[in-house]
Amino acid sequence: MAFNYDKYLRLEKMPTLWCWGCGDGVILKAFIRAIDKMGISQDDVCVVSGIGCSGRFSSYVDFNTVHTTHGRTIAYATGIKLAQPDKMVVCVAGDGDALAIGGNHTIHGCRRNIDMTMIVINNFIYGLTNSQTSPTTPQGMWTVSQKAGNIDPTFDTCDLAIASGASFVARETMLEPKKLEKILIKAMEHKGFSMMEVLSNCHINLGRKNKMVSAMENLEWIDSITVSKKKYDAMTEEEQLNLFPLGVLKQNLEVREYCDMYKDIQDVHQGKRGKITQDDFKKKI
Amino acid sequence: MATREIISTGNELAAIAAVDAGCMFFGGYPLTPSSEVMHVVSDLLPAVGGVAIQMEDEIGGICAVIGAAMVGQRALTATSGPGMSLKAEQLGLAQMAEVPLVCVNVMRGGPSTGLPTRVSQGDILQSKNPSHGDYKSITFAAGSLAECYTEVVRAFNTADRFMQPVIVLLDETIGHMHGKAVLPTIEEVKAGIVPRKVFEGPAEEYFPYQCEHDEPAVLNPMYTGYRYHFTGLHHDKNGFPTEEIETCRKLIQRLEDKVALHEDEVESYEEFMMDDAEIMIVAYGAVSLAAKEAIRHLRADGIKAGLFRPITIWPSPAKKIKEHTDKIEKVVVVELNIGQYHSEIQRAAARLDIDGLFKVNGRPLSPHEIVSKVKEL
Repeated sequence: MAFNYDKYLRLEKMPTLWCWGCGDGVILKAFIRAIDKMGISQDDVCVVSGIGCSGRFSSYVDFNTVHTTHGRTIAYATGIKLAQPDKMVVCVAGDGDALAIGGNHTIHGCRRNIDMTMIVINNFIYGLTNSQTSPTTPQGMWTVSQKAGNIDPTFDTCDLAIASGASFVARETMLEPKKLEKILIKAMEHKGFSMMEVLSNCHINLGRKNKMVSAMENLEWIDSITVSKKKYDAMTEEEQLNLFPLGVLKQNLEVREYCDMYKDIQDVHQGKRGKITQDDFKKKI
Repeated sequence: MATREIISTGNELAAIAAVDAGCMFFGGYPLTPSSEVMHVVSDLLPAVGGVAIQMEDEIGGICAVIGAAMVGQRALTATSGPGMSLKAEQLGLAQMAEVPLVCVNVMRGGPSTGLPTRVSQGDILQSKNPSHGDYKSITFAAGSLAECYTEVVRAFNTADRFMQPVIVLLDETIGHMHGKAVLPTIEEVKAGIVPRKVFEGPAEEYFPYQCEHDEPAVLNPMYTGYRYHFTGLHHDKNGFPTEEIETCRKLIQRLEDKVALHEDEVESYEEFMMDDAEIMIVAYGAVSLAAKEAIRHLRADGIKAGLFRPITIWPSPAKKIKEHTDKIEKVVVVELNIGQYHSEIQRAAARLDIDGLFKVNGRPLSPHEIVSKVKEL
């Protein structure tokens, strides 16, 4: 029997403002199925989104939802999670949201390792506001703010997350929704900060000006620039150059979650234990 | 009223007040001369099961505070001018989504990096409209060590009553002043806590933003079975984005009217030797301490001066100001900026002949300077 999404959708908000063929809806559905499989009550989930097309994600799903300012999802989610550590928080942000204006929060969210999942929907462009360059727009592509061709070097979301200390980092595309659903469950079940990048299409505001005029052509391009982590690892550096590996790229189960560590601080101040010292940590510097 | 005495600084007293008022969350970033507020709450909050987190920047600090407040906690941030500038956009979201919080701003010289360790009152107008758009700010200015405590307590109760940020202005002088403060007892503070309203009916009958034209939203804490939407966009009764003309107009008018039509509830001022005053000095914050001393000197010389000290500076006690300025010819506003509150006194008084004594070199105003100015009038 087909999955019934109605329970999790705010049906009165349909149709979405997303364009025909947009990948955001596929990601939204995979997210809903993942939550359903995990068996978590809607009352116990908070979805925090930023600004842009992905920012509207939170208003379509029937959870506790917060539509924040541009780039600040993780910072809002940090307060929400620390105030209610037993409940679940999921951030949804776009590439501009997470890597440009909100880059600082992304870096420090990864480092701090608070138990939350950050879904970055990367469509390589500022879609909602008509094609301005994003930190993931490939060099040489046309954008409305660089009509001569984009010269800005790109960010790799997952490399950034790994370097910043995220304890779970994964990448998928919206091309394989079942795989995406499974990996989303892994991300959300991980205790700590999970970076979940999902590559998506924007044929309207990226594709049309970059020789991918239809959704299909945009998706074929995404397919052509991605490969499984297994295959990627077996490649030479030269072969890897223009490819993104897919799958779980990092999972560290040893690093302690922040809310859990903060209990130690509370215990110190409540006289239940001695002060925290360097001896409490394996990594000393 | 039962009282107790604490010997401390203004910044420390503000921090202690927050915890006594039931604050359970602090998010912030080091910012001279306010950092001691964070230093103190980072000890006090975990001791009572709360959380204090130093975020990656000022913006992150207030975002986390808004997040914790959405979950239902009383939450605090503290900063100074540059931090206020950075927090401005989020203060706008808290106004729009009606999320209560308290923001302590210990003023230093500005604009920009200005004079980080020196006193100023340059953030008066900023505290009226820190963010773009229309809303009605509530701002208190502490004029003594004791008020660094009592005004923070009042700010938390006021934030929950009006469901919006409340700014408490200290200045470097009062924030770092060390001395004895006579405070209400903790029991009295606890007894005075008025928690925010909560809707207790069935979830399907709950509309957080459907309220009277002059009332704040009723926002149940997140994760309690009432699922709704927070947004900085114009929104409908459930919090969902809308561009419907009448809904948009009513929302912004309500943000104004929920405070404007209840100004009496937040009005607060002190009148010092005003009964027979022939000269009215207007001062607030640390400057009012110098003004009081100046008035004693002036009175000793036979000059009948008095002080009008607004404690709630936004909305200003305009009616009371006009009452005085209608009767008293000589009025002088004394402040550590180039007339930021002076313009408000002119407006309230509907007079352009209000005098001013302004100072912007990072040094406090001495009683002697005020005496000299008054004698020139």
